[in-house]
Amino acid sequence: MTPHALWTAFYTILSREIRRFTRIWPQTLLPPAVTMTLYFIIFGNLIGSRIGKMDGFDYMQFIVPGLIMLAVITSSYGNVVSSFFSMKFQHSIEELLVAPVPNWVILAGYVCGGMARGLGIGVVVTLVSLAFTHLQIHNLLMVVVTVFLTSALFSLGGFINAMLATKFDDISIVPTFILTPLTYLGGVFYSINLLPDVWRAVSMANPILYMVNGFRYGILGVSDVNPFVSLGMILLFIVVLAAVALNLLRRGKGIRN
Amino acid sequence: MAYALEIQGLTKTYGNGFQALKGIDLKVAKGDFFALLGPNGAGKSTTLGVVSSLVNKSAGQVRVFGHDMDTELSAAKLNLGVVPQEFNFNQFEKVLDIVTTQAGYYGIPLKQALISAEKYLKQLGLWDKRNTPSRTLSGGMKRRLMIARALVHEPRLLILDEPTAGVDIELRRSMWTFLQEMNRNGTTIILTTHYLEEAEALCRNIAIIDHGQILRNTSKRELLQQLSVETFVLDLAGGHQQLPQLDGYVRRFDKDGALEVDVQKGSGLNQVFVQLQQQGIEVDSMRTKANRLEELFVRMVEANADNSDNDPKAQL
Repeated sequence: MTPHALWTAFYTILSREIRRFTRIWPQTLLPPAVTMTLYFIIFGNLIGSRIGKMDGFDYMQFIVPGLIMLAVITSSYGNVVSSFFSMKFQHSIEELLVAPVPNWVILAGYVCGGMARGLGIGVVVTLVSLAFTHLQIHNLLMVVVTVFLTSALFSLGGFINAMLATKFDDISIVPTFILTPLTYLGGVFYSINLLPDVWRAVSMANPILYMVNGFRYGILGVSDVNPFVSLGMILLFIVVLAAVALNLLRRGKGIRN
Repeated sequence: MAYALEIQGLTKTYGNGFQALKGIDLKVAKGDFFALLGPNGAGKSTTLGVVSSLVNKSAGQVRVFGHDMDTELSAAKLNLGVVPQEFNFNQFEKVLDIVTTQAGYYGIPLKQALISAEKYLKQLGLWDKRNTPSRTLSGGMKRRLMIARALVHEPRLLILDEPTAGVDIELRRSMWTFLQEMNRNGTTIILTTHYLEEAEALCRNIAIIDHGQILRNTSKRELLQQLSVETFVLDLAGGHQQLPQLDGYVRRFDKDGALEVDVQKGSGLNQVFVQLQQQGIEVDSMRTKANRLEELFVRMVEANADNSDNDPKAQL
C-alpha cells in the first residue's frame, strides 16, 4: 500500500472509533463527567474542606490532576477494550483482516481512537473541575506530554486485553481488579509522603503513581517522584506493550484460527 | 497460463489435532466461475479461510494472481474480495458506513469510496437502505450487503462462501444474474454452495472436496458426462396400478404414484415413449428426478466415505 493508502486506512479506523463512541455518548462521554463531578463535590468540597492543605495546595487543587488522569486512563482503556472485543465478538474484525492493512496501522488506529476518547474525557473533566477550583499550569509541555503518553499506554493495555479476552467477563476483570485499585492507590487522593516507609516503597512499584505524579507536576509543580523518571517509565511501558500487541497481531491470537 | 488462484500442498491442522486440509492442490483460471463443493466439514470454508487470511495455514503455498500470500500479502489481498458464510459486519453501523469503511481499509479515499459504494448498493438494490442500521435488514439484504462490501475495492477475484444460504428463490435468481454479470465483466468468481443446482447453473469448473482432500477438479461438462444413468419421472395420465412394460429400462413407481425410469446415457427417451404409446399409456408431464450434479456429488462423497471406512488410518 502507498503511504497515502496507509493514511486512509489509519484514518478510517480512527474515524470509525470516534464515530462509535460519539454515537453512544450517554455510555461513553457522560458517565465520567457525572462521576468526576461527584468526586469534586464529595472529596473536594465536603471532605476536602476539613482535610486542609496537601503539599501546600487546597485538597481540591491537589486531587484535580489525579482525577483527570483517572478519567483519561479508564476511558482510554475502556474504549479500546470494548470496541476491539465487540468487533471480535461480532466477527466484524474480519473486515480488517481480509484487507491489506498492516498490523501496525491497525494498532495505531485503535490506540489513537482510545486516545481520542481519553483525551476528550480529560478535557471534559478539566472543564468540570474549573467550576470547583482554580487551576494553574506549572509546565504545559509536561502536562500535554504526560497525558498523551498515558492515554496511549492505556489504550495499548486495552488492546492487549481485548486480544486475549475470550468472553465479556475477561474485559471487565482487568479494569475492575487491577486497573481501578492501582489507580486509586496511585496517589490520586493523597501524597505517598503521608504513608509509612514500607507502603511508600510498595507504592513506588505502582506504574500509575508515576503517571499521576508526572501530570500533577505539570499542573501544580509538585510531585512525589522525579517527573523525568515518570516520563521514562511511561515510555518504557509503551514500548513493551506495543511490542506485545504487535506480536499478538502477528500471531493472530484470538482473531485468526 | 496465469491463474487467479493457485494452491499447492495446502494443509491445515487445528489445535485439537484435527487435520482439516491434507495437502490440497487447486488452480482457478483467470475469469473462471468456479465451484468448490463438499459436504459439511469437508474443508471448503477452511480453504477459503486460508485464502482470505482468516485462518493460519499449517503448510503449503497460496498465490492470488501470482502474488504469494507469504511474501506479497498486501498485493494478494488487494485482488481479493471475500463474502463469508456468516454475517460479519457491525450490526450497529449503517449500510453505507459499512461499505465505505471497508473501502477505507483498502486505502480508498472517502470521496471515491462513496462513488463505488453507490454503484454496488444500487446494483444490489440496497441504495434506499443506505442510512439504515444493518441489524434491521432482512437476511437477503444482509447477504447483498456483504457482496457490496466485498466488491467496493473492485477485486479481480471474488470468493463467496455459500452466498445464497437462506435466501428465497426469487432473490437467489437475481443474485445469480448479478454474479454472472460480474463474471462476464472479468471478475473471477469462486463459490461454495450447498445448492448444487446453483453450481450447475453458474459454474464452468468444479472441484469436489471431502475429508480435506480434492476428489475431483475438472470442468462441469466433463463431470456431468460421467453420469451413466439419469432418472426421469413421468406423470402418467389416468393413474396406473401396474407397472408398464418397458423393455431395456429399469422402472418403478415413486411414493406419489409417478413412474420413474432409469435411462442409460446415450440410449435416449424415444423408446420409452414408443413402448408406452403401444400400451395406450399417455404421459401428462415429465421431469428429471434429481439435479444431475447433485446425483454425481452424492455418489462421489459416498464412495469416498466408503474408502475412508476401509482405510484404517482414516478411522483413527
